[in-house]
Amino acid sequence: MRTLVSPLALRTPRGRVIYWTILTVTVVGFTGAFVFPLYWMVTGALKSPDELAQIPPSFFPKHFDLHVYVDAWEQLQLGVFLKNTVLYAGGAWLFTLAVDVSAAYALSKLRPIFGKLVLGAMLATLMIPPMVLLLPTYLVAKDLPIFHANLLNTPWAIWLPAAANGFFVFLLKRFFDSIPRELLEAAEIDGASPARILWSIVLPVSRPIIGVVSILSVVTVWKDFVWPLLVLPETDKMSISVGIASLSAQMPQNVLIASLVIASLPTILVFFIFQRSIMAGLTAGSLKG
Amino acid sequence: MGWGSESRPVEWHEPPTPDGAGALRRAFGRNLTAYGFLCAALICFALFSWYPMVREVVLSFQQNNFVDPGVWVGFDNFRTVIADPAFRSAWLNTAAFSGLALVIGYAVPFVLAVVLNELKHAKAYLRFVVYLPVMLPPAVAVLLFKWFYDPGAGLFNQALDVVHIPPLSWLDSTSTALISLVIVSTWMNLGTGTLIYLAALQSIPGDLYESAELDGAGLFRRVWHVTIPQTKLILLVMLLLQIVATMQVFIEPYLLTGGGPENATVTVAYLMYQYAFNFGDFGGGSALGLMLMIVLLVFSTVYLRVSREEDAR
Repeated sequence: MRTLVSPLALRTPRGRVIYWTILTVTVVGFTGAFVFPLYWMVTGALKSPDELAQIPPSFFPKHFDLHVYVDAWEQLQLGVFLKNTVLYAGGAWLFTLAVDVSAAYALSKLRPIFGKLVLGAMLATLMIPPMVLLLPTYLVAKDLPIFHANLLNTPWAIWLPAAANGFFVFLLKRFFDSIPRELLEAAEIDGASPARILWSIVLPVSRPIIGVVSILSVVTVWKDFVWPLLVLPETDKMSISVGIASLSAQMPQNVLIASLVIASLPTILVFFIFQRSIMAGLTAGSLKG
Repeated sequence: MGWGSESRPVEWHEPPTPDGAGALRRAFGRNLTAYGFLCAALICFALFSWYPMVREVVLSFQQNNFVDPGVWVGFDNFRTVIADPAFRSAWLNTAAFSGLALVIGYAVPFVLAVVLNELKHAKAYLRFVVYLPVMLPPAVAVLLFKWFYDPGAGLFNQALDVVHIPPLSWLDSTSTALISLVIVSTWMNLGTGTLIYLAALQSIPGDLYESAELDGAGLFRRVWHVTIPQTKLILLVMLLLQIVATMQVFIEPYLLTGGGPENATVTVAYLMYQYAFNFGDFGGGSALGLMLMIVLLVFSTVYLRVSREEDAR
């Protein structure tokens, strides 16, 4: 498809030179700005504290000794932090899907009275960023109203708020709305219950959107910092981000950097594998809301 | 209709149409099922979204020790925080942070997207790479930059040294601390805007450029008269989203500077955190939160109107 620069102009010798120059500058610039810092991080971890303090810095580490990663893993109890984070993100994912899919299904296909009001109230929460409600939300987690439970230092403090996501309900409902009614009515006439219809008809055709919501929910919880910082203050319960941040002051520089590498590997790996869904979620989120 | 023929007492004050009771009962059953599906979400939203909104307002007008019931104190909490010298700094810094983030980071993703859209090679690589920092946990990115900002052997001062510029004290000086935070934040978030603009650019019909070119419009006039008008709404939406996002800045001052030096990087969200968790004053903290909420609501409302317009197109 035709873009800003015409294909004709690109075919002229001058056009070609300009094109390849811009391409080179872009590739080099992007690599320098976005990949080089990561290279510096991975190799920085391999340098000894002396080598790290050395001016000018060495471009390649002198020794290729992976021992620092083992140190970081042990000294910072990264295994515990990672296990915690998997538990928080995985549980939040399952919980979010169960809660938000059934809510969106009810709002889209069962259409109860006050359904529009409920949807409106859920979408209204998108207007107010969670940061400004940090203190009252923390107090709720500390002393749950009615139930009077203290959720601090339990996974529930992550799972329950994660499910209250108006954006996910919106995305799912919009997708369910596009499922033809006849499909569900046929099943209804055959005597299928709403739960059965959700499980065997709606869910199978909604795989793309469930993929997007799944990845968004896992990545959101994994990356979150402020909320786990407040509700999981016990060292053994910390998520990886909070754990590293809170122990960062006591660590030798290279061990800290190694732990940063270990902490960034899972999300980068997820990005590598699920690139398409992540980018689909990005544009789905930007244009509507 | 099996249910309609049963002779149960009708509990509903509706006209007794032949099928009325049955239809109503079915409607009742359907609603019951629907709310069964909804109840988990209703509980989660009520506890962690709706109730906190109310609680925020209540807290900000109360003096609380969370043992006895809160005491209503009117605007006392607001007076306390406004009288705090950090209050003024916090708002000025937050505004400066948002403003600087706009100056540094608002146009860049758009320009990058326009360039990326023209390139026919290395597309997948460039898209992947620009989004990499977004995928890092923010705490990791911020701590990484903390090391880069190290005044001695940090990457940035070493890079300046290569081009013979004297070293900067980055986070340690009142004049550069805030901009250092803006740089980290821009680096972490650039990829989102770039990819969103890229998606928007791909929906511009090619014949618009074609006819503009036939009319003799050069490259920059084509950007000005075709690209920008065609992406005007998304540009506006992203502007508002960025303002709302940057006004909540917390993790950068929390991890990099602790609000210092001399309150040069204390932000509203950070001050709110300090009030609650360092000074134990949830009333003052909530008062700050409420003020920030009102400011952000203004931007969110504009955002909502703009994005509705976008939807209608």
